Amino acid sequence: MAINLNVNDKEVRLDVEPDTPLLYALRNDLELNGPKFGCGVAQCGTCAVLVDGKSVRSCVVPVAAVVGSKIVTLEGLGSPEAPHPLQTAFIKEQAMQCGYCANGMVMAAAAFLQKNKNPTEEQIRSALSRNLCRCGAHNRIVSAVSEAARSYQEGESS
Amino acid sequence: MTTRRSFLQGTGAIVLYFNMVPASVLAQQAAAGGDLPGSLAANPSLGTWLRIDADGFLTLSPGKCELGQGIQTALAQIAAEELDVAFDRVRVAAVDTASSPNEAYTNGSRSVEVSGAAVRAAAAEVRDILIGLAADELAVDRNKVGVTNGVFTVDGCASQIGYGAVLKDLSLARNATGSASPKSHDSYQVVGQSLQRIDIPRKVFAEPAYIQDIRMDGMLHARVVRTGDREAKLLPPTDFDAVAQLPGVVKIIRDGSFLAVVAEREEQAVKAARALARLCHWDTSALPLQASTINEWLKKAPADVKVVAERGAVGTTDIARTVSANYSRPFQAHASMSPSMSIAHKSGDQLTVWSHTQGAFLMRGAIAKLVGLGEENVRLIIAEAAGCYGHNGADDAAADAALIAMQMPGTPIRLQWSRADEFLGEPYGSAMTTRISAGLDSKGQIVDWQYDLWSGTHSIRPSGAKRAGHLFAARQIARPLPSPPVGNIPQPRGGGDRNAVPLYSFANHRITKHLIPDTPVRVSALRGLGAYMNVFAIESFMDELAHVQGEDPISFRIRYLTDERAIGVLEKLREQMAAAKFDSEVALAGVGIAMARYKNSGAYCAVAMRVVVDSESGQVKLDRALCAADIGLVINPDGAINQIEGGVIQSASWTVKEQVRLGLNGVTSTDWASYPILTFPEVPLVEVALIDQPSQPSLGAGEASQGPTAAAIANAVANATGKRIRDLPLTAARIKNS
Repeated sequence: MAINLNVNDKEVRLDVEPDTPLLYALRNDLELNGPKFGCGVAQCGTCAVLVDGKSVRSCVVPVAAVVGSKIVTLEGLGSPEAPHPLQTAFIKEQAMQCGYCANGMVMAAAAFLQKNKNPTEEQIRSALSRNLCRCGAHNRIVSAVSEAARSYQEGESS
Repeated sequence: MTTRRSFLQGTGAIVLYFNMVPASVLAQQAAAGGDLPGSLAANPSLGTWLRIDADGFLTLSPGKCELGQGIQTALAQIAAEELDVAFDRVRVAAVDTASSPNEAYTNGSRSVEVSGAAVRAAAAEVRDILIGLAADELAVDRNKVGVTNGVFTVDGCASQIGYGAVLKDLSLARNATGSASPKSHDSYQVVGQSLQRIDIPRKVFAEPAYIQDIRMDGMLHARVVRTGDREAKLLPPTDFDAVAQLPGVVKIIRDGSFLAVVAEREEQAVKAARALARLCHWDTSALPLQASTINEWLKKAPADVKVVAERGAVGTTDIARTVSANYSRPFQAHASMSPSMSIAHKSGDQLTVWSHTQGAFLMRGAIAKLVGLGEENVRLIIAEAAGCYGHNGADDAAADAALIAMQMPGTPIRLQWSRADEFLGEPYGSAMTTRISAGLDSKGQIVDWQYDLWSGTHSIRPSGAKRAGHLFAARQIARPLPSPPVGNIPQPRGGGDRNAVPLYSFANHRITKHLIPDTPVRVSALRGLGAYMNVFAIESFMDELAHVQGEDPISFRIRYLTDERAIGVLEKLREQMAAAKFDSEVALAGVGIAMARYKNSGAYCAVAMRVVVDSESGQVKLDRALCAADIGLVINPDGAINQIEGGVIQSASWTVKEQVRLGLNGVTSTDWASYPILTFPEVPLVEVALIDQPSQPSLGAGEASQGPTAAAIANAVANATGKRIRDLPLTAARIKNS
């Protein structure tokens, strides 16, 4: 059946069942690469997207549940031409090894930094505690999120 | 029709599909490589390694896979350096059996060593050839010609021409001669710089970067249905008609006990696979061991027993005192973030398989054997997935996809394992147990060292046709392939006995390996192989002995070392600890140190870990790690540090948390709740210092820190609590109850 979604500020019409996991609609129908399949049961965080500004696990959210919401994927967050501060910071800090978890880290951090503009390192660790990284890039990721928070603030004060 | 649109849309520096000189031409030319360095000896044709395009870009085509370790960036730096091409004008091609050099597996921390050496020599030789062509073109003596950023110079002054002007005369379809001298490390400008990795921007901006991002027209989605036991037989009744009627289901594939479903959409394949699983009955055998009985099982199981190293004659010196201890590790999982997947496409008599395997050419042979095609009819193309850390489910998923695609010619099949498929299907790092017995003379000097280790194999890679039977599905199909003998990597590298020979000079030592060919759960290479366990055991025991003698653990170790570089990392660590005031001021805090040289031939690494132990719960808080490493010539310091940091954290996770859970009928770790790993609040801070050794050959950094980290944590816990825990993982319950 037809499902209308707002993804990265675009209205899209999909012919999918209402219980289709949002992840599959984004990856397979819209051919977006940001959200990744990691576990399918909302444990790892690689599939995170923003739904009305909140970080959600798209592998367990049926498309019917996000009709009328604003969905933002990593693609919608920024681009090489206009990067989001988190994207800039992840490159600067080389905050990954394989990078498979990076989508989830960036999306969770993007939602978190909206609520907490000036977080401590401990708060960042806590905010990312449900996002798994297997390569051990955690400390670089925390540095990147701190760095992005600083550049947000500088951006606002300038 | 198959398209490559998704990948080609990307504008990253990576080129994923192209052919350089056809492999068949190269094969004819591949004469004996003689004394050529690294992988160039087996792949001497220059054209397999690199190509210069008219736009001035250099395309490098190594046979090593990017696994998140940054190898493409490191190799690009080496090529840019030798060819005097700007780093941002180097592209790196993915491994493809149709065009890449055959560099076997990307494993053992040897890529910079062997692929780097080949790239360096090949690039130096191509530069030499180009200079000769430029000398002809400019009609000057070749000794006057140089290159800066791809532009020729004459007597140090820029000429009017660059590489592009002489490309018409350049043919790389020729074998390297090894005649050109690579640059001296004193003149390096690109090598040794912490340049940003070439793959990170496309990952951060969600451009196509992973195998998961390949989408093809007409591609269908497949799932396998199985248990974790590849010998399990699917029992009748097997009436799956109800599943065949489900929306979108295109085909149910059944070949013996190999069962898969193909559907139009991914979520339809998921639903159909779940429905199939509910209808299946499996004949599977009970596990002969449980987590609590692994050590006893290992010591009783039939084993091939071999003395792998011996010095002097153990038991012959006057021994005043003997100290012994037993150590163990459980089965541990690679637990890659991306469950394995593969795309396979049978078109005419050709089967093309996209995979995140570590060994494209070896997998080609294994898949050809499995599906009954000639090796020349199978092509493997590598695309990156999440970090694998060794032999995970990648190869098995590629085999699954190939089996399905063979039954659906003309249709690209995207086979995706579930999280549970990965946890149950991947071959684990083998459980191990060790016993060390040290004889001390009357002065307390260690004069006698006996080390026994019991382990399953660390090597069941499906390396070519002969070992295709190692693939998961190979035992499931109606005409199963025989299970090949398990691998036994000999010293000095070793498998289960990797790093079992101590780096310390004891007058007498004997190291005995008890290799158990048949383990009840499937095991293979996990990052570091036996090194993780052997270094944990040896370095824990050395700490115990230092403690008995009342000696500083660093000085105690140095007393038994003759290798200056091993001493060097310990001395460096001592400096780092002093600078960081790394003593335990907090109650129940402890500091532990450990050191190893990976494989006894690779990178040197010393680790200090500070922990705080909660006296009520026994919970270990990993506070901070310091690490000193000597990896010879460093190609990219930040890349190396990243890998060493990651190694510390992954090893810390193995050490305090990880064990594959076993039930009566098999593995019960199926997700991240039943196989927890270290999370952000639990991760220690890590600071790595590299010892600069530009005149020494490069040594891989990827597996150096795992062993030392494990022992440093155990030693820190012992210092914090007075309790010596010798069985991994160092869980709160173990610490509390010990």
